[in-house]
Amino acid sequence: MTKHTLVALVEDKPGVLNQMASLFRRRGFNIESIAVGQSEVPHLSRMTIVVDGATTMVEQVRKQVDKLIDVVKVSDITSDSIVARELALIKVKATSSTRSEIIEIADIFRANIVDVASDSLTIEITGDEDKINSLLNLLRSFGIKEIARTGRIAITRGSLGPVPTEKGAPKTKEKGG
Amino acid sequence: MVCESLVREGVEVIFGFPGGSVLPFFDTLPHYPQLRHILVRHEQGAAHAADGYARATGKVGVCLATSGPGAANLVTGIANAHLDSVPIIAITGQVARPFIGKDAFQEIDITGITQPITKHNYLVLDTASIPRIFKEAFYLARTGRPGPLLIDIPRDVFIEQAEFHYPSRVELPGYKPVLQGHPTQIKKAAKLINEAQRPLIIAGRGIIISGAYAELKQLVEKAQIPVVTTLLGISCFPESHVLSYGMIGMHGMAYANFAVNGADLIIAIGMRFDDRATAKVSAFAPDAKIIHADVDAAEIGKNVRVDVPIVGDAKAILQQLNKHTTTAQHTAWIRQLDDWRREHMATNIRDSKKLLPQYVIRKIYEVTRGEALIVTGVGQNQMWAAQHYWYDKPNSLISSGGLGTMGFELPAALGVKVGRPDEPVWCIAGDGGFQMTIQELATIVQEKAAVKIAIMDNGYLGMVRQWQELFYKKRYVATPLTGPDFVKIAEAYGLKGLLVKHNEEVVPAIQRAMAELGPFLIDFKIEPEENVYPMVPPGAALTEVIEEPKKEVKVAKVTADSAKLPVSNI
Repeated sequence: MTKHTLVALVEDKPGVLNQMASLFRRRGFNIESIAVGQSEVPHLSRMTIVVDGATTMVEQVRKQVDKLIDVVKVSDITSDSIVARELALIKVKATSSTRSEIIEIADIFRANIVDVASDSLTIEITGDEDKINSLLNLLRSFGIKEIARTGRIAITRGSLGPVPTEKGAPKTKEKGG
Repeated sequence: MVCESLVREGVEVIFGFPGGSVLPFFDTLPHYPQLRHILVRHEQGAAHAADGYARATGKVGVCLATSGPGAANLVTGIANAHLDSVPIIAITGQVARPFIGKDAFQEIDITGITQPITKHNYLVLDTASIPRIFKEAFYLARTGRPGPLLIDIPRDVFIEQAEFHYPSRVELPGYKPVLQGHPTQIKKAAKLINEAQRPLIIAGRGIIISGAYAELKQLVEKAQIPVVTTLLGISCFPESHVLSYGMIGMHGMAYANFAVNGADLIIAIGMRFDDRATAKVSAFAPDAKIIHADVDAAEIGKNVRVDVPIVGDAKAILQQLNKHTTTAQHTAWIRQLDDWRREHMATNIRDSKKLLPQYVIRKIYEVTRGEALIVTGVGQNQMWAAQHYWYDKPNSLISSGGLGTMGFELPAALGVKVGRPDEPVWCIAGDGGFQMTIQELATIVQEKAAVKIAIMDNGYLGMVRQWQELFYKKRYVATPLTGPDFVKIAEAYGLKGLLVKHNEEVVPAIQRAMAELGPFLIDFKIEPEENVYPMVPPGAALTEVIEEPKKEVKVAKVTADSAKLPVSNI
């Protein structure tokens, strides 16, 4: 798997996202997506970062991210059992003749119609990237006006806790300073 | 609040420069006579002086500047400390809170600018948080992998009153430096060490930072493992020790580089496989398994493949390793290294009527009996100082390694002298770098800091000229430079100086400098086109060493094309 999902628990302070972005930029790591939001712990946010493992040394990324003082914990959860989702809003051209067909397609994907206008429909879809990409492919023939995607957010399955405890090699759970 | 916090952290010296935003701080300063403020002539000097002070003492160095240009002038010095893991705290003034983000007079986003070159930084928006932030900053600076921190304080935050409460401990959930090596990794490493036929220790500045001199020596002597060092590792192990084989890297000793190439086990401690140390990474230590011990987990596996990683403090790890390693002899291996050393000795100085920089450095070593603290610039002067002075005294070479900052030498030497006033401090400079921070002569005189300055004056930006000679067919573009009459400059600033042009004047001049109570400057007019050898050309492997051409070969004939002639390969 070339795409790696990193989950970081970070201090909810101004500048943390900037620190993260700046670190990726200056070390030449490619971010595919980054998503941030509050976590279950007060004052901590959870970031989900997707990086391309083919062009980036993921373990080096993880260690460098871990060095940031405001990062409490960061894990590469790619090989763990995870639930990963992305949300997309798609504004697609719709006429009286195509509207029902578009709605039908949206239903198949269990997507919601969140806005209707005379010449367009806005569809909200949640799922993994493949599902969203499939819907996009089907809608393309109708003409897509705008797309907004959140990027991947991920969480581990089961009762492992907010971030799985890492076992084995000590280097993965140590903080370098 | 700021002064009180500094006192709580045991700060004795601040290198600073005032300005509008930090005036409230300076107004409070006289109430704290235990805080000595040293007024530099340029903020870059403050950062370098704090850096030199920190390296020489092991304490946290403190520098201070006003907002805007003052803060910006600190940047090079902060970057320098960052690359070499030096604990300094930079305090900057900022415009008052209501003006932040308005492009106010002397406003810059210094926390934004220094974010990639600090271990962490703070913009203080609340006076009451000053004690907590200082507590955290000092803790972060001196623990784990040390490094610089910046605290940016708006003018009105300085002025505002708040109850002073200094926390007894820090709460940093995202920061837990590991000190002890993981037992499994230690056992794996010890097994490799016990089985190795041709082991070699590469020791870095991490040994000096953690004060692991005795532990390193114990491992070396018990298991009979030869030691080489990085540039910044110099003086972590006595160079006169029979198992010391000098510095590796681009201008390392050829035999030290051959040792890396020939080893079957590399034990790298407190170093980070910098490209100047490894040369071509793909050809680095081809036959060796590599144990890499470092306090910064992110350094492990960054540049070279590692077989046994150990995260932790050098001292703790060496103590652990010493328990698990057995005594050994590596007679054949050591004999091989001794043969290489004999055949490729580069520290012999050739007879010359001309004034050679190597000779000057050697004489400084002899006259100071190796007791001086040497602070260097960057370039040829740095390499000659590294090669031709023998460092037996712990932590006796202070040099800008990672960033390679010309102009570091003079302000850093001031910091070193302030931190260790009872020891002789020699500033080895080039005529190029010296002119970058020459204004700190005034600070040295005002503070009566008895820094002895030796300028290796060749009228060139020597190292760049050497590259132009070797790799650009002697096209000396932008490297010849004129300088002032340094002796007259010294006199104008109020210190004594001497001009030295001939070999026989060298020793008397050094003795004269040592006899002087205050600072002293010697302008050594050295052979202009003298080169630093050995040299591994950029992009080449450690073993592709250009050695000093034999006497009959004119130095000028060594160009990139013919460079292969004197190359020794093994």
